[in-house]
Amino acid sequence: MKLFQRLVPWILLAVALFILPAALDDFRLNLFGRYFALAITALAIDLIWGYTGLLSLGQGIFFSLGGYAVAMYLMLNTKSLAGGNGIPKFFENYGVAELPFFWKPFWSPVFTLIAIWVIPAVVAGLVGWLIFRNRIKGVYFSIITQAALMVFFHFFNGQQKLFDGTNGLKTSTSELFGQLVGSPDMQVVFYRLTVILLPLAFLVCRYFTTGRFGDALIAIRDDESRFRFAGFNPVPFKTIVFLVAGALCGISGALYTVQSGIVSPQYMSISFSIEMVIWVAVGGRGTLVGPIIGATVVNYLRSLVSEALPEAWLFVQGALFIFVVVLMPDGIYGWVTNGGLRSLLAAFGIAKKATTYPRLDEEALPVD
Amino acid sequence: MPMSEPLLELNDVSVSFDGFYALTDLSLKLYKGELKSIIGPNGAGKTTFLDVITGKVRPTKGSVTFKGQSLLGVSEQQISRQGIGRKFQTPRVFENLSVLRNLELAASPVKNAFSLLSSGLPQNAKDEVHRIMNYVGLAPFATVKAGSLSHGQKQWLAIASLVAQAPEVLLLDEPVAGLTDEETLRTAELIKSLAGDHTVVVIEHDMEFIRDLDFDVTVLHQGQVLTEGPLDQVKADPRVIEVYLGPPEQ
Repeated sequence: MKLFQRLVPWILLAVALFILPAALDDFRLNLFGRYFALAITALAIDLIWGYTGLLSLGQGIFFSLGGYAVAMYLMLNTKSLAGGNGIPKFFENYGVAELPFFWKPFWSPVFTLIAIWVIPAVVAGLVGWLIFRNRIKGVYFSIITQAALMVFFHFFNGQQKLFDGTNGLKTSTSELFGQLVGSPDMQVVFYRLTVILLPLAFLVCRYFTTGRFGDALIAIRDDESRFRFAGFNPVPFKTIVFLVAGALCGISGALYTVQSGIVSPQYMSISFSIEMVIWVAVGGRGTLVGPIIGATVVNYLRSLVSEALPEAWLFVQGALFIFVVVLMPDGIYGWVTNGGLRSLLAAFGIAKKATTYPRLDEEALPVD
Repeated sequence: MPMSEPLLELNDVSVSFDGFYALTDLSLKLYKGELKSIIGPNGAGKTTFLDVITGKVRPTKGSVTFKGQSLLGVSEQQISRQGIGRKFQTPRVFENLSVLRNLELAASPVKNAFSLLSSGLPQNAKDEVHRIMNYVGLAPFATVKAGSLSHGQKQWLAIASLVAQAPEVLLLDEPVAGLTDEETLRTAELIKSLAGDHTVVVIEHDMEFIRDLDFDVTVLHQGQVLTEGPLDQVKADPRVIEVYLGPPEQ
C-alpha cells in the first residue's frame, strides 16, 4: 500500500504525459493543457493564501505579465505578423513607427524565458514588500491587491500603442521554430511542457511549505503579531512567498497564453482573479494536491457546462463555491482525506461506519 | 556593571488612547534577576505596561530603556531578540502547528527567513525543546496540533514557548488564568525554577498564586505605582485594600 502511494504521482504523470495525448483529441488535450497551466496558478495562490493567509485577489497581474512576455516574443519573431518596418503589424494601426523600447529585449528567446518568471516575481516582490512593511493585513491586503489589479488592467487595456489595448496579443497565428504556435503538433509540445512544469511547481511549493520555513508561514497565518513577539520579522517571509507565487503565476500565464492562443487584458479582469481563488477553495487549501484538483475539476466542469448550457456556467460556479464553503470547508481534497468519502459511502450503507465514540456493547452492561 | 544599574527602566511614561490615560507618569525599575509580581484592579494599566515594554504601544511621553538603550520606536521583533519575551493574557499559540513545532519555532536561535529555509534547528536547541517539553508535561502531545490542546495545556505551551525563546526578561500576563489549582501550583513551581538567571515579571489576579510565587509585589492603580513591597506589607496597606483587595472577609 505504501509502495502504491509512492507510485501514484508517477502513474498520474505517466498518464498525463503519454496516455492522455493518445486518448484525447487535439481539442480536449489542449483544454487539459490549459487546466494544468492554471493549476500552477492555483498552487501559487495556495502558497500565499492556504499556507500564509494572504488572500490575494490580484494574481491576474502576474499571470498576465507572464502571458504578455511570451506573446511579445512570439509577435516579434514571426515574420508573417511583421508590418512594413519589421515590427508587429498592429503598431501600424496606431501610427507607431518605432518599436517601444521595452519591446526590444523580447527579440531574445533567452531574455524572454527569464522574463516570463522574473518580471512577475520582481513586481510581486516590490508590491508585496511595500504592502507588508506597512503592516497591511487581512481584508485590506485583499482590497489593495484587487486595486492593483485594476490599475494594471486599465493600463494594458488603454495602451493601444504599447500592447494593442483591449485586443490583446494573438499568439495562435505566430510562429516558433518555423511552426505555427496554434498548430496541433505545437500544442502537444506545450501540453507536455505544462505537464512537466506542473510537478516542478508542486515541488517548489513543497520546498517552501515544509520544514521550518513552512512552519513560519503557518505561524504567520495563525497569529502574525505573536510571531513578531517571538523575534521574527514576518515581512521577509511574506515577501518571499509572494514573490515566488508571482513567479509561478507568470509561468502559468505564459503556458496558458500559448495554449489559448491569445493574451489580453481580460486576464486581468477582477472576476478571473477571483476564480483563481475559487479553484483553490474548491480543491482544498492548505494542501498542495488540493489546488491542482480544484483548478482541473472546476475548469473541466466549466467546459462541460458551457458546452451544454452556455449561459449557466456562472450560476453553477457560484453554487459550487457556496456548496464548498458551507459543506466542504477543507475543499474536495480535505474532504476526502478527512474521511468524507467513507462517511458518504457509509450513509448509503456501502462502507462501515467509522466508530468515533467507544460503543457501549450491550453485553458489557451490567445485568440485573 | 554596578548593581545600581537597572536592567529595564521606565521613566515618566504616559500612554494616552484618545485622551484616556492608560499610564500616567509611570516610573519603574527592574534589576537583573529581580522577580516581581504586578497586581491591580482592571484598567490599572497592567497590560499597557507590558505593551510599552514590548514595543506594541508607543508611549505618548517618557522613556523606556533596556540595558541603557532606548526601546522607543524599536520593533517588536527587535525587542524580542534583545531578550525581552512576553506571554499574552490569553494563551496565544500557533494553533495549526504541533506542540513540538511551536516550541522549535520559538527556540530557533536565528530568526532570519533564509536561514529557516536552508538549515535545520541546531541539536542543542532541539535538546532544550525536549527538556522544556518534558518539564511542562507536554511531551506526550508533541505531535498534537496546539489548537486541539486544552486551555491549561495551551497556557503551558505559551509559557514553554516563552522559555524556549530563552529571553533574559520574562513578562507573564496572567499565566494561571483558567487553570486548576493543581496546574496553578505547578506553574508557580515552573516560574520559580526560572528565577536566578532570569528576570521575571508576573501580572496576576490570583492572590494564592502571588503568595506561592513569593515575589515582591507592585500595585498599579490608574496608570501609576500605588505601592511596592512584600506581599504582606502590600496587603495591609489601606489604599490597596480600598482600590483592589476590598475589606477582609469576616
